[in-house]
Amino acid sequence: MSSPLASPVIACADCDLLQQVPPLRPGAKARCLRCGYVLAKRSAAPRDLPLALAFAAAVMFVLANSIPLMDLSVVGRTSSTTIVGGAYQMWVEGEPITGALVAFCAVIAPGGYIAFMLSVLLAARRTPVPHWAAELLRWAIHFQVWSMLEVMMLGILVALIKIAELATVTPGIGVYAVGALLVLFPAITVTFDPHEIWNRVVWLDGDGLPSSPVRVSVAEPQR
Amino acid sequence: MTVGALTAAQAGLVSCEACQLLARPASVEEPGYCRRCGEKLEFRRHASIQITWALIVAATVCYFPAMALPVLNTTQLGVSEADTILGGVAFLYTSGSWPLALVVLVASVMIPLGKLAALVYLLLVVQRGWVGNNYDRTRLYRMVEFIGRWSMLDVFVDTFTVALVQLDPLVSVAPGPGVLFFAAVVVLTMLAAECFDPRLIWDSAARSPVPNG
Repeated sequence: MSSPLASPVIACADCDLLQQVPPLRPGAKARCLRCGYVLAKRSAAPRDLPLALAFAAAVMFVLANSIPLMDLSVVGRTSSTTIVGGAYQMWVEGEPITGALVAFCAVIAPGGYIAFMLSVLLAARRTPVPHWAAELLRWAIHFQVWSMLEVMMLGILVALIKIAELATVTPGIGVYAVGALLVLFPAITVTFDPHEIWNRVVWLDGDGLPSSPVRVSVAEPQR
Repeated sequence: MTVGALTAAQAGLVSCEACQLLARPASVEEPGYCRRCGEKLEFRRHASIQITWALIVAATVCYFPAMALPVLNTTQLGVSEADTILGGVAFLYTSGSWPLALVVLVASVMIPLGKLAALVYLLLVVQRGWVGNNYDRTRLYRMVEFIGRWSMLDVFVDTFTVALVQLDPLVSVAPGPGVLFFAAVVVLTMLAAECFDPRLIWDSAARSPVPNG
């Protein structure tokens, strides 16, 4: 049996089964024996590649939000919109809650995800990783669920086809920036290995915290 | 290879939902916060079954007005016309883009219904302790979690239609009351999927290891 510290025991997030994750080769994944959940993965370049991708995503995100997505023209009259402009128009047309939801899913959540990931990856360039980076990484994970740029892109496409009946639509640079983000977001997720950072994070050892962490194999799965 | 059947909860350990650190909490009722990442620790998500049921009921109630009420009001040269979600699908179909009509139909009509049905099934599995293939049930849960966001499609379609088509007095589009109900369905079902704890599926299997019919 290998040393417990070398192969940590973790509980599957989807079925809670305790199991030891063996040391992984770069690019390999470990799946839960019982339910198939991906317990751990090891990225080939866990530190630099996600950071570079996050930088690119930050630039594209600024472009996607500052340049109009598309222009619409019909007999000399034109209109254009940005992502925030769409949410704002929803707000002023009498659907403030829907407008806020669109702003959250299309701007705040993806923007927060990029900003937090960038800070975490920059902070993780040194060891130990400061505790605030762990808190930010946790928030990045929560924001990722509500970041819906890919759904928005398909929504824009459907809207364009509907509108094309009424007027001439010209795609703007903003749409191409969103397209780049659609590639960059999954690329960050694939190359990023959260456990590589969790393993180097400074723990909070305040007295007010009742839980005492377990690092070694406390309970071997029953045979 | 034999698979051990000991879960973290059975071993008195709680696994952090954000960073997966195992901790042995002093108190079972209040496990506290993860020392590594600060996430609130819970053996199982708080009141998972009750909250998920409540969100499912709320989403079901919102589903009907979402389908019946107009999502867009188009005013073209002074003539107003209201479109529901199904009207939008029909419009896409008749204007020749049937693949997109299918995408919108699946994302807006079928996915919310499928999610509600799947979550009700999973809740009944947990509450009744139905014996079955828990591996497939967990996969079903993951699918619900993964696919849920795509229901937002119609909300984005309506938003960008409204934002662009502001060419008064020729033609302008305003959102209808259906959008709010539809957005509510999407958010409520997404929250329901987040509140449901897939580990409960396996807990009920652990409680009744022998099939009892």
